[in-house]
Amino acid sequence: MADTPEPSDVETSGHDDVVDPGTAVERSNAPQNPGLAPEHQRVTDLDDKEAKGMERRISLFFLLSIVGSVFAAVAYVIFPIIPGDMGSVRMNNLTVGLGLSVALLGVGIGAVQWAKALMHGHELVEERHPTRGSEESRQAAVETFQQANKESGFTRRSLIRNTLFGALLAAPIPAVVLFRDLAPAEDPIELMKTTMWTEGVRLTRDPSGVPIRATDVTIGSAFHVVPDGWKDLEHGKLEEKAKAAVLLMRLPVDELNEDPAKTDWSYQGIVAYSKICTHVGCPVALYEQQTHHLLCPCHQSEFDVANHCEVIFGPAARPLPQLPITIDAEGYLVARSGFTEPVGPSFWERQL
Amino acid sequence: MSTTIESTPQADVGRGMRFTNWAANYVDERTSASTAVKTLGRKIFPDHWSFMLGEVALYSFIVILISGTFLTFYFDPSMAHVPYEGSYLPLKGIEMSVAYHTALDLSFDIRGGLLMRQVHHWAALLFVASIALHMLRVFFTGAFRKPRELNWIVGFLLFVLAMAEGFTGYSLPDDLLSGNGLRIIDGMIKAFPVVGVWMSYLFFGDQFPGMEVIPRLYVLHIMLLPAILIATLAIHMVLLVVNKHTQFAGPGRTNDNVVGSPVMPVFAAKAGGFFFLVFGVIMLIASLFTINPIWNYGPYDPSPVSAGTQPDWYIGFADGALRLIPPGWEFVLFGYTFAMTILVPTVILIVFLGAVAVYPFFEAWVTGDKREHHIAERPRNAPTRTGIGAAGVMFYAVLWAAASSDLIATHFKLTIEGVINTLQVLLILAPIAAFMITKRTCLALQRKDREIALHGYESGRIVRLPGGEYVEVHEQLDDYERWRLLDYNDYQPLTVRPNDEGRITVGTKLRAGMSRWFFEDRVLPIEAKELEGAGKH
Repeated sequence: MADTPEPSDVETSGHDDVVDPGTAVERSNAPQNPGLAPEHQRVTDLDDKEAKGMERRISLFFLLSIVGSVFAAVAYVIFPIIPGDMGSVRMNNLTVGLGLSVALLGVGIGAVQWAKALMHGHELVEERHPTRGSEESRQAAVETFQQANKESGFTRRSLIRNTLFGALLAAPIPAVVLFRDLAPAEDPIELMKTTMWTEGVRLTRDPSGVPIRATDVTIGSAFHVVPDGWKDLEHGKLEEKAKAAVLLMRLPVDELNEDPAKTDWSYQGIVAYSKICTHVGCPVALYEQQTHHLLCPCHQSEFDVANHCEVIFGPAARPLPQLPITIDAEGYLVARSGFTEPVGPSFWERQL
Repeated sequence: MSTTIESTPQADVGRGMRFTNWAANYVDERTSASTAVKTLGRKIFPDHWSFMLGEVALYSFIVILISGTFLTFYFDPSMAHVPYEGSYLPLKGIEMSVAYHTALDLSFDIRGGLLMRQVHHWAALLFVASIALHMLRVFFTGAFRKPRELNWIVGFLLFVLAMAEGFTGYSLPDDLLSGNGLRIIDGMIKAFPVVGVWMSYLFFGDQFPGMEVIPRLYVLHIMLLPAILIATLAIHMVLLVVNKHTQFAGPGRTNDNVVGSPVMPVFAAKAGGFFFLVFGVIMLIASLFTINPIWNYGPYDPSPVSAGTQPDWYIGFADGALRLIPPGWEFVLFGYTFAMTILVPTVILIVFLGAVAVYPFFEAWVTGDKREHHIAERPRNAPTRTGIGAAGVMFYAVLWAAASSDLIATHFKLTIEGVINTLQVLLILAPIAAFMITKRTCLALQRKDREIALHGYESGRIVRLPGGEYVEVHEQLDDYERWRLLDYNDYQPLTVRPNDEGRITVGTKLRAGMSRWFFEDRVLPIEAKELEGAGKH
């Protein structure tokens, strides 16, 4: 057993107390280590001609590496990128890359081969020493601390020490407030509960901004929708879209199972639901026309559009919020009101 | 240090050596570098293929630093919106962030830019992969035991930092794919009780996605995280030198020595050459295979998403954990929303990673072994640990597979529900099965080793005896081969004994229970006497 210290090793371990082996079985009758095996002679050790040949082969790899480096530099110039020509990008990538690969692999193979075949190949032995410092240095370290303690009065003058600890603990407090202006002054919770949708806002196509007539929405079709006015926003386009994106679908009226309190939220089988998944906020972009199921491609939550978008599978916990819609005087679809609950993933203050 | 080669400091000084000598003297008189050369120059490193995994990690990190520096010269992390004016025609005129624009410029308008981007990404994937394999090697050979527990923790931190570097880098191009990744992170942060919404708001500098997050991730990615990573890596290397490398059992190898090649010249040549091999292979992959074709995805937009997209491999287990939660895990208490659908997988991942981090301390507590261990164990010789490792790998693997649940379903023509439900069951059962099968296999292999050591191996030579009986001749191993099978640690279960006050504490009972679980099934190591009597068969 290598782990069973022989008598001589115990002394060299530098401290007197025997190290506790725990529940390990230390056996006195273990077989003996036979010692290093006889050295294996390589062909290059035995035959000088082989060694000479190996020397040439290794230099060949280094020469090949030089060729690779030069080729990569030349390829950079003679295979330029021609704007708009994807083939030239590929060619540049391939030729420069292969040149560099040859340059690097040549050095690598040559060096490793040199070490393996020609350098001194016999195994050498180095003694280990216990990791802990020698008894003298441990003693000296203890004395250093004691001396420092005596000279500073660190444990004796406890008032100074404890107030210092207090001061150090208090020092990071300003950091807490310093980071407040990472974001603007508004209350994020209020922002999360409002979207661009309010009463009378037209439903428009994403990204063209063209308003949608109820008659455009045929049975089985699905529209990606943004609120009217989103296209012309100067600022915050992505932030608004991340909350206001809506999916518009039309189902046969008899297949649509509506909440009695929300029958006027749809228009002749046309329903609008938030496109932002209630799980972690991916766009619920996949609509299965036949089953009326919506599938989120990120984590596979499934929502049943025919049944007020309740969750039928996957990790989402809540139905997609519904946008109440109707039509205006010109026959365009408009929101009857904004969303009646926050859209997107759950958060602590959601129900407050 | 004792080596079998005599050094010859007074060797004849040739003409060419004059400058070298002058330079060496010049440096030493100003740095005392000769001391470092004396202590480190002939340090012995043992050889084994599995010891190269950590080297791969180190070298791919250097490749990442080199290629990453090239990228910073061209990349601009601004989220200001501009129309695309580069040479990739399908995106001409489309509104996008400057970050995405410059990432595209790197791919299509800078010579060698695409190559460096791909080198950077492939090297990053290899970096995390080699760290993970290196950790598995250390785990399964027990190389985390005293005195290396602290270096295991340092290495674990490197693993976490590598994943953080990976994720922050993945997000920088601001394409549709990485933007959806950030959206998922945003959703997860918001679910956090009390502070979630505020953390997301401050991190993104506005409502999601805001105009700030890419520049902030950029600072983390190219300054803060690399600085911490390099410092941690330095500690890892220093501790490696202080503790010296472990070695596998073998003739002449003991717990008190290191057998191998000296740093100068053999190990330096092998390791230096290996750096070039790793760099060369990454370069070859980068010149032949596309990675992360951001031009296919388009700029980030919160509304579209492409189906079947995957995160980089090392984030897969976290994404998979999110997917395996059954519907409806959320409740409201006193008006506050508890999004268990996010909180449960987050806690599971933290507990899993935490268990990986503290395992060495757990095992040290069970064995109570305070000795230093420098012989790397063969996994079969620690059956329970190997079983635990296999269970952990299985748990990770199921989570990882879950991140591809949609692709598994489409490729094998299965229902997505069927795939998810199967994985949910497997997440519980597969680790248990893996533990039992692995432990039993280890014990069987130990018995086989015992048999081979005592009675030799089957030679395949059948001999007919005079009586007509056929027997197979067994060949004996030589002493050196046999020693590899004999040299291992043996533990027995802890017997419960009352302490000085005559009481048996709960801690003792718990430790005894764990000890029984670990060491009750054991194969007795061979004694010297058995060997003497054996050879005759």
